[in-house]
Amino acid sequence: MSAQDSNGYKSGGNLEKVLRGGYFAVTGELGPPQNADGDHIRKKASHLRGVVDAVNITDNQTAVVRMSSLGAAFVAIQEGLEPVMQMTCRDRNRLAMQADFLSAYASGVRNMLALTGDHQSFGNHPTAKNVHDIDSLQLIRMLRDLRDEKKFECGEAIKGQEPRFFIGAAAAPEAGPTEYRPYRLAKKVEAGADFVQTQLVYNVEAFKKFMEVVRQLGLHEKLFILVGVGPLKGPAMARYMRDFVPGITMPDHIIERMENAAANIPKEEKNARNQAWRDEGIKVCIEIIQQVRDIEGVAGVHVMAIEWEEAVRPIVDGAGLLPRPAVD
Amino acid sequence: MIVGEQKPLEEIKGFLDGSQKVLVVGCGTCVTVCFAGGEKEAQILAASLRMSTALTGAPKEVTDVTVQRQCEWEYLDLIKNEVQEADIIVSIACGIGVQAMAKHFPDKWVVPGLNTTFLGLPEEQGIWTEQCQACGNCILALTGGICPIARCSKQLLNGPCGGSEKGLCEVKRIKREHGLPVMQTDARGRKTPVIEDVDCAWHLIHERLKALGKLDMLTQIQPPKDWSTARDGGPRRIVREDLMLLDEG
Ligand code: SF4
Ligand code: SF4
Repeated sequence: MSAQDSNGYKSGGNLEKVLRGGYFAVTGELGPPQNADGDHIRKKASHLRGVVDAVNITDNQTAVVRMSSLGAAFVAIQEGLEPVMQMTCRDRNRLAMQADFLSAYASGVRNMLALTGDHQSFGNHPTAKNVHDIDSLQLIRMLRDLRDEKKFECGEAIKGQEPRFFIGAAAAPEAGPTEYRPYRLAKKVEAGADFVQTQLVYNVEAFKKFMEVVRQLGLHEKLFILVGVGPLKGPAMARYMRDFVPGITMPDHIIERMENAAANIPKEEKNARNQAWRDEGIKVCIEIIQQVRDIEGVAGVHVMAIEWEEAVRPIVDGAGLLPRPAVD
Repeated sequence: MIVGEQKPLEEIKGFLDGSQKVLVVGCGTCVTVCFAGGEKEAQILAASLRMSTALTGAPKEVTDVTVQRQCEWEYLDLIKNEVQEADIIVSIACGIGVQAMAKHFPDKWVVPGLNTTFLGLPEEQGIWTEQCQACGNCILALTGGICPIARCSKQLLNGPCGGSEKGLCEVKRIKREHGLPVMQTDARGRKTPVIEDVDCAWHLIHERLKALGKLDMLTQIQPPKDWSTARDGGPRRIVREDLMLLDEG
């Protein structure tokens, strides 16, 4: 077990307290804007405050330039949200990362999520050079050493306050080769991850198989596992995820449910159809939360309602997860 | 070997403005094997330049010559006379050959006729793939002889990332010929580039270690790489004093 601060916590953040308190945790996601408008974040934050225990602030997600996760996390803190700052290995080398960790901790950030990052070819600067100085495993280890060994990556001691983060990792249970995925998670545990958020899970049966191996390896006792869930906006989104998003399998029965949701509404009534689809998407999401909650070793959910933050409250509420606990 | 691909003819032609006597110089080693810059390609390029400059009404005198290796001084000495005659040299060796020419003939204007593409191998007839980035600290012993530095889109040492699916990398490459995207017309009549799948190097590593009964190697966390042996440490150089002495002796 790694060193803890005087309160017995590694970071002292809300997410850590909720998880260690034994509560079923809920995290959300907030994508910073593609401009310099802080109000954009404030508006999104208003949909999430009091609904989730912490909010992931994405880092140039899908390789599109946005307000930095550090800057947006700072605005989120001002708005009373606890950020989980995301850090990808695509845009920064080990110097830039550590500099941002120092800044983030000084600004009140207590959770850091280590990601490989989407390749720049998916984003709006496909001709950019990528960095990948270190990978996500090495990033987790670096965050742990900064906190528990008070050491920079180069081995030099930190003189003064060290950045103490609750360290997050990502897992893609259905990506290839699937048989290796639990073992890669084991590596992240060994590197120092405190919690993991998974890729979106729609195929609960496949996820159960992943969790079986995870339990055999005892990983659920060494880190907190938050299952990625998200509402579908319609059958087109379901099909897109099935066909184009690596690491997601979409069961046919969910696609059928989404298709049937607006089957009785005439095509001209676009708004009514959209509403019916979205209602069904929220319903499916709530059901998935209920199913994964019953899986041994699942400590919470990570609700990703991409550019649809309004959906988070009805989902969390519908799943019976409100009010959120206040832990001290 | 070093794999290259000839630049588009228009680009090469653009280099020739203001010059009359053009010498195309081929190389008999790597770029001959990959059919990009050998004797035959030098002859074809010279003929194409003669023809296309003639068509524009300003014909240029284009000749060609090919040396065994453009990256060794003694071979360059053999074409001294041809080079002296020319106003401009179009080298269709790799970038090393182009630079060797420029250094060896300091008063000559030397331009590249190839894009040096990668260090690779002929996977099958007509297909070359990148294999090595010359990182200066080979880790193939850790990865079952498959290089993630050159072949994983994110150069992971602890892969695969979440983008690996069915053996393929999340990254798709734009298909190119002579460095330019190959275009196709889609169902709606729009021009779009042709996209090619890329193997996931970490999938290959996993499969190979599994087949050899060495999967436990993947439980080791590989520490951050020391990139100072790679290009990040500045331009590299090897000095072998034992050989320098031999030379003098
Ligand atoms: S590890 Fe380095 S030297 Fe070895 S094949 Fe890969 S790039 Fe080349
Ligand atoms: S999918 Fe495979 S090759 Fe592509 S970046 Fe990820 S690990 Fe590397």
